[in-house]
Amino acid sequence: MQCEICKTKTATVHLTEIINGQRTESHLCQNCAQKEGVSVKSQLSLNELLSSLIAAHQHTDEIGDSEISKKACPECGITMEQFRKQAVLGCPKDYDVFEDDLKDVIEKTQDNNLTHKGKIPAKAQADPNAQNENRDKIEELQKQLSQAVKKEDYELAAKIRDQLKDLQ
Amino acid sequence: MRLTDLSTKTSRWFDPNVPLSDIVVSSRIRLARNLAGHRFISRCDDEEKQEILQRLKEIILSLKELGDIAFIDIAGGSSIERDFLIERQLISRNLAIGRGPRGVVIAANELFAAQINEEDHLRLCVLAPGLNLDKCWEQISRIDDCIGEKIEYAFSRRYGFLTACPTNLGTGIRVSVMLHLPALKITDQLKKLFASAKDMNLTVRGLFGEGTEAVGDFFQISNQVTLGISEEQIVEDFQTLIIPKIVEYERIARDRLLVKDANILDDRIARALAVLKNARLISSHEAMFLLSNLRMGINMGRIKEISINTINELFLLTQPAHLQINKGRTLNAEQRDILRAETLRAKLN
Ligand SMILES: [Zn+2]
Ligand SMILES: [Zn+2]
Repeated sequence: MQCEICKTKTATVHLTEIINGQRTESHLCQNCAQKEGVSVKSQLSLNELLSSLIAAHQHTDEIGDSEISKKACPECGITMEQFRKQAVLGCPKDYDVFEDDLKDVIEKTQDNNLTHKGKIPAKAQADPNAQNENRDKIEELQKQLSQAVKKEDYELAAKIRDQLKDLQ
Repeated sequence: MRLTDLSTKTSRWFDPNVPLSDIVVSSRIRLARNLAGHRFISRCDDEEKQEILQRLKEIILSLKELGDIAFIDIAGGSSIERDFLIERQLISRNLAIGRGPRGVVIAANELFAAQINEEDHLRLCVLAPGLNLDKCWEQISRIDDCIGEKIEYAFSRRYGFLTACPTNLGTGIRVSVMLHLPALKITDQLKKLFASAKDMNLTVRGLFGEGTEAVGDFFQISNQVTLGISEEQIVEDFQTLIIPKIVEYERIARDRLLVKDANILDDRIARALAVLKNARLISSHEAMFLLSNLRMGINMGRIKEISINTINELFLLTQPAHLQINKGRTLNAEQRDILRAETLRAKLN
């Protein structure tokens, strides 16, 4: 689909508004959307947001290495390319297998949150591995934190510190 | 339990005898869950789907506290039956149009539904009339605990409940409230409301319309973020902050209409009643629109002779699949428009 304003680039921002019960749609490319002052995050519905994120991600991949999108999950066989098309994952393991690719999508659809807060099911509470998983995660984050401080990336450091706070 | 046991009555979640129900029609909470050791639905063949269906169905049917419950096979049902369940908000369109073994366990009081093999293996849902999210959460969390003791959910400490779509990750919770906002619509304030809802990471969608279009000023407002905020926090925000604020705006708009535009308001309500009482052919779209005006008229005390319960009932009874289930056969669009007009005349005259 072509952008309605410049009529050259592909439209990746899809706006739907319901005014007085009338539905209006507009389709813009990222550039024109920005020029129009459209705040992408606040205007898109969830699914639209996700598919535009995935599409944007795909674009950078085409330029960079395509290895990532060819990697398949050993459990279900899904690739990131397929995920980008369907917007649903193939199995619970995918969150580990494609951790780096998914982080972006999760962060943007979940208001920058990356750590669960809330219910823990009975079977996970009883599982001693779950406790270890938590400890491993804390160690890993502490490592990342000291690296971030070393690089003087304080924005990242603050983010990691928040994640640590949630875990501890 | 048979569908025809339900089809002549309104749903319990449409009960008008609870506080705020003139504006807050119903509350619902949904939890998305998947089984550990299984692939997500899009990667399951029919055999794996059947296995998941069988296991979850047995566990849920054995839960004592749900009272009278029944399993409805969606793969084997007719399209009218599926549409009927959508109209009563017991299943999603997604489950209706899905493929392979799938179904729903429904409580006879229609305040609980467990969809199996929708986008996730399990989608639990608890409903209540009016604004009652605390109670919904208490119930659904208890049911979720019972199931979680018998089966291992796909879960990680870091990401919480693992869902097929990352937009449900974490708590897997979707808190939704159905609102009737005719005065905000008439006074042209909905756009403002939608904009601020989006800023707060909330989704607003129209109800009773085909697709996303709102017919009859009913809207559903839901949370978008499911990761990093606890279930209790989301429920509390909705119950004590977000919804009371919207209710207040709608009330102010209604009061203002009464003071400034009572003639316009009364004209609109009287015209709605006149058409509904006399039409010989009426589309679903027109009926929803006019019933919404009538509902507003009754709730604002402008019409006294019709009960709000009758109106709520008509919202469901005049839907396409309801008309056909109650008639006992399939009807084309014109036949439905005739029957819809007959149903309205019978109840309102
Ligand atoms: Zn453009
Ligand atoms: Zn996988």
